[in-house]
Amino acid sequence: MSSNNGLYPGLNLGSVHDEAHQQAEATVFGFWVFLMSDLIIFGILFASYASYLNPIGMAGAPGPQALFNLKSVAIQTAFLLFGGVAYAGVSLSMKYDHGAKKLIGWLLICALLGGGFLFFEISDFIDQAAKGGKPQASGWLSSYWLLVGLHGFHVFSGIVWILAMVGQILTRGVDDVVKVRLSMLGVFWHFLDLIWVGIFSFVFLVPLA
Amino acid sequence: MSGQSSPTFGNLDWEVTPYTDLLEHVNSSTIIGAGAASVLVLGAFAGIALLTYMRWWKPLFRDWLTSADAKKIGIMYIALALVMMARGIIEGLVMRAHQATALGALDKAETGLVAPDHFAQLFSTHGTIMIFFVAMPLLIGLINFVLPQQLGARDMAFPVLNQVSLGLTAAGAGLVMVSLLIGDFGTGGWTMYPPYTGLDYSPGEGVDYWLWAILISGVGSTLTGMNFAVTIFKSRAPGMHLMRMPLFCWTSLCVAIMLIYAMPALTVSSAMLALDRYAGFHFFTNASGGNMMNYANIFWMFGHPEVYILILPAFGVFSEISSTYSGKRLYGYTSLVIASMSIAVVSFMVWLHHFFTMGQSAGVNIAFGIATMIIGIPTGVKIYDWMATMWRGRVRITAPVVYLVGFFLLFVIGGLSGIILANPSIDYQVHNTTFLVAHFHNVIIPGVLYGMLAGVHYWFPKAFGFRLDESWGRRTALLFVGGFIFTFMPLYVLGLMGLPRRSPTFQDPDFLPWMYIASFGAVLMLAALFCLLWTFWKSYRHRMSLSVPGGDPWNGSSLEWSTPAPVPEWTFASIPKVQARGDWGETKRAGDPWRAPDSYADIEMPANTAHGLIIAGMAFALGFAMVWHIWWLAALSFFAITAALIWRGMRVIEPRIIPARQVEEEDRRFREYVAGATPITRADEESERNRGVPDCSEFAG
Repeated sequence: MSSNNGLYPGLNLGSVHDEAHQQAEATVFGFWVFLMSDLIIFGILFASYASYLNPIGMAGAPGPQALFNLKSVAIQTAFLLFGGVAYAGVSLSMKYDHGAKKLIGWLLICALLGGGFLFFEISDFIDQAAKGGKPQASGWLSSYWLLVGLHGFHVFSGIVWILAMVGQILTRGVDDVVKVRLSMLGVFWHFLDLIWVGIFSFVFLVPLA
Repeated sequence: MSGQSSPTFGNLDWEVTPYTDLLEHVNSSTIIGAGAASVLVLGAFAGIALLTYMRWWKPLFRDWLTSADAKKIGIMYIALALVMMARGIIEGLVMRAHQATALGALDKAETGLVAPDHFAQLFSTHGTIMIFFVAMPLLIGLINFVLPQQLGARDMAFPVLNQVSLGLTAAGAGLVMVSLLIGDFGTGGWTMYPPYTGLDYSPGEGVDYWLWAILISGVGSTLTGMNFAVTIFKSRAPGMHLMRMPLFCWTSLCVAIMLIYAMPALTVSSAMLALDRYAGFHFFTNASGGNMMNYANIFWMFGHPEVYILILPAFGVFSEISSTYSGKRLYGYTSLVIASMSIAVVSFMVWLHHFFTMGQSAGVNIAFGIATMIIGIPTGVKIYDWMATMWRGRVRITAPVVYLVGFFLLFVIGGLSGIILANPSIDYQVHNTTFLVAHFHNVIIPGVLYGMLAGVHYWFPKAFGFRLDESWGRRTALLFVGGFIFTFMPLYVLGLMGLPRRSPTFQDPDFLPWMYIASFGAVLMLAALFCLLWTFWKSYRHRMSLSVPGGDPWNGSSLEWSTPAPVPEWTFASIPKVQARGDWGETKRAGDPWRAPDSYADIEMPANTAHGLIIAGMAFALGFAMVWHIWWLAALSFFAITAALIWRGMRVIEPRIIPARQVEEEDRRFREYVAGATPITRADEESERNRGVPDCSEFAG
């Protein structure tokens, strides 16, 4: 393979390091495969949610009309999507070698926006539980909490990963391995936006339409 | 188990062992329960004593448990599977013995060797163990060992992840094993259908043992699937195009894809059931909007691809051995590739045939019935391809060939009974009878078990440097074939006579003769197991006369036969440049296959690490703590796993460098040995003269 094969130009893996490129190729591909597997999990949960979305599944417990607060969901969407946009800052400072400081700054902005999303999501959950919308109340609520909660847990894991990456940049510097990991973190972070678009449309909008 | 849960020990107390039951009532059931627990405890002590006496702790830790070498990981997987298989076969024998003594009367509730609840635990652990902790580790182990060698790669794409996968599988197996001594296992069968396995009907730790064993080992299998797929797509030697890969690599690729897409479904259904049981959710409960059909659907979305995950690697093995032992090229390579891929895809579209009787419309049932029959077509293509491969070949009746022929005879019968069951109206008559039990054993034993054991026999010299004793290998194979016929053919009859599966008792004396025949078969299966162990022991004793340092004892055609036996850690002194399908065979045709490479370079191998071991230990602790509601330990082990992952990420990990000089030295020694050895013909293959250097002029594959 020539060293000029144009793989992952955004990562600046060093133009002469063929091996770094090949390793990156396998690692990043593997991460995509992992996300495919994760997507299946979400796919099954979406299908389950749809199967409980009927009077039998709701079993007399509070339903979407009583529980969903679209304004808060819109705010969460904004936080999450701006978090996705902010990750572009990470990718660009990596591509143009803006240095570790800027990289860490953008990463922390992403973490903060993700944290804002989680804040509103958790307040929603607390609010819904207070209105009788606990996951123990009906099959539909169980599937709602599991699907949305699993996405929230992914966002939380993403934030932990971001902080771990900040730790890695501080201890080992921006080396090839860290760059590849940052690019995978980016894929993961955008993947969460994608899932959220599904949740926003099918979980929140469809039952209210 | 007392009603109180202590903050330190959760639901654990001194009354959870089978010895308590034995003290309360002495009967055959409690004696067997306590006996099994004692075998576990004594086995563990004997193992520890042996390791200490032989001073093997350090080598075990240094050379095996911390190794990231896919070949060693593969061998450890297979060792784990054989240990679990011993338990599974003995459980099968106890179940057969129970049913042979279980003729009851309507006014006598309990009869037979073991108590009904004990019987239910037996069939639940037997199924769980045989599927998840025997078949899966066998095939994953074999793929780990063979796949990189056949692709011309030094290792898997992610060696340390591979180690973690093994650790998670072992942790799950450990949980099932511990349930022998501490507490009970679930009684819901290997599928653990709710609502029976929900909290209302199955309180206690039994179902939780299953759930955590499955959740933990399931993550391991998902990661393994990813690892296989990335290895096949990204780590092939230069020139190894997809259509030049040996068939075993193709079936491994199918397995990888199916693991990636099917395992998440099992994770989801198990996680939902766990939420129902631990947090009072209502996914599958009878009340409050639960819907158990979701469990059946999600579980079998995993479950059906799973049976093809099990069978496809065996198809890969049969493709390799039918060609090698017939001295012929594999017939219909392309059709076998297409058939494998078709099976992999269609296997995702047939899951509903596992519950035809659970209330769908006739139209839905018919659609899935037809899809099920369609999957028989590519399988039939394969059988014909292997037979055509052997046709007019110079077949040597080695142990793997005995397995192959047994597979031809029996698997076709099993497949045909599957086609019968695929017809919904017939299925209504025989579902949930032992006809079904006979059917799936009839495909899984001749398919998976024979295939994997044939594979172990075939590649054993590559791993350990000596062949397995052929005579004892053939005896083992014949015993497994005979044992299968005697055990499971009567179950077809019993099923048609109306015996429901999993019944602890029955009232019709006409069943008894068939029960006795089946019990005799189970004894044969146990004899086959001992015969297998004896084969290993005897071959080990005669390892000098069976040794094959030349590395190519069967005159093979794929890349793994070009290296010494046992294969060095780095596998290839220099990565081969592949020119053709069956590249090693083509090199033999061209003459002088053992030419040394022009130059040697330093080789990078993954450094040893205890990462997988730590994760495995923590995962086991997490599972055990969740089963017994020891919340502090569960939280601690969960955070420990997270911390271990983050900590490893912080460190810069240098690969281990094997200097070119060392590689060259060992490689030279190998090539000098081959040059000095006398090539042997096929006729001498089983004799002591077979030193792994075949007569290349005879190669016709």
